[in-house]
Amino acid sequence: MIVADKKPVEEIIEYVKDCQKILVLGCNECVTVCEAGGKKEVGVLAATLRMYFSNQGTEDVQVDERTLERQCDHEYLEEIRDIADQYDAIVSIACGVGIQFTAEKYHSIPVYPGVNTCFLGVTEQRGLWTERCQACGQCILAYTGGICPVARCAKRLFNGPCGGSSKGKCEINKELDCAWQLIIDRLKAIDRMDLYEKLFNVKDWSTDRAGGPRKVEREDVQI
Amino acid sequence: MRLIYPTSFRIIRVPCTGKVDVQHMLRALEKGADGVCVIGCMEGECLYKTGNFRARKRVEQVQRILQSIGADPGRARMYNLSSSDGPLFAKYAGEMDAQIRELGPNPMKKKKQSAA
Repeated sequence: MIVADKKPVEEIIEYVKDCQKILVLGCNECVTVCEAGGKKEVGVLAATLRMYFSNQGTEDVQVDERTLERQCDHEYLEEIRDIADQYDAIVSIACGVGIQFTAEKYHSIPVYPGVNTCFLGVTEQRGLWTERCQACGQCILAYTGGICPVARCAKRLFNGPCGGSSKGKCEINKELDCAWQLIIDRLKAIDRMDLYEKLFNVKDWSTDRAGGPRKVEREDVQI
Repeated sequence: MRLIYPTSFRIIRVPCTGKVDVQHMLRALEKGADGVCVIGCMEGECLYKTGNFRARKRVEQVQRILQSIGADPGRARMYNLSSSDGPLFAKYAGEMDAQIRELGPNPMKKKKQSAA
């Protein structure tokens, strides 16, 4: 899932302090799971903003709440078509994708981010999310025991660990696992150490961000 | 025991303080409560193991939110006591009441009264 973290309230207040009618817009998908932008967080942020405006004596500011199934699909974003125009600002607490798509769709309304979008990751435990994928566009997990050296090795190495690997940890942080140690442990566990002996060709990074914004186009599913 | 505690207290019973969410506390404050006080079991004696620790974290979260919007974080507080300790409950209620009176009415409440 896409992992996001809450923005400091002070930063959000700075965006909307001069607005009269604000919509806090949440998303029911990834940001709900990582507890940064779901229905509950919409409630907390909207209540916080309402209390802020009351404390400031600006009694007539209206802060409304809405949570969409997704903010990255036309059909769900259309659900606020009939109400969007009445707002001076939308604070979207979806991931960066949702925030941008909302801004694209409602061209004349300022859309502000309520979260910092961080990475593609997993919930290791409640309140702890870690990165697993960098969406490089050319998956090599079949050869690395299902552990990605692009996302998890600080140097993105493809042919074994560097000299900084010590006792299974990375030199940049003693708490960070060395990705190649994990890969070797896993290859041993599945009895595929032959894959470790195989040299990787130079990776084609044109599918990564180096080639600019990317797109996936599939005619077979297009209508 | 016929103990006396401030009449300003409105008690909302929950199965465990772990049930109390940030949203509940913010809603109470937003609707005009002058303060919110969460009273849980003694630490280490939660029937559900960690309910009161969770509640404490949430109260701290509410305090941070109050601070960030320029309100007094003292409007949200957490106390721990044993369910059989009535005198301590009365003492904490008095403490909370005194503290809130010192802070004055919740600005949100004032607004609603003047609007009415």
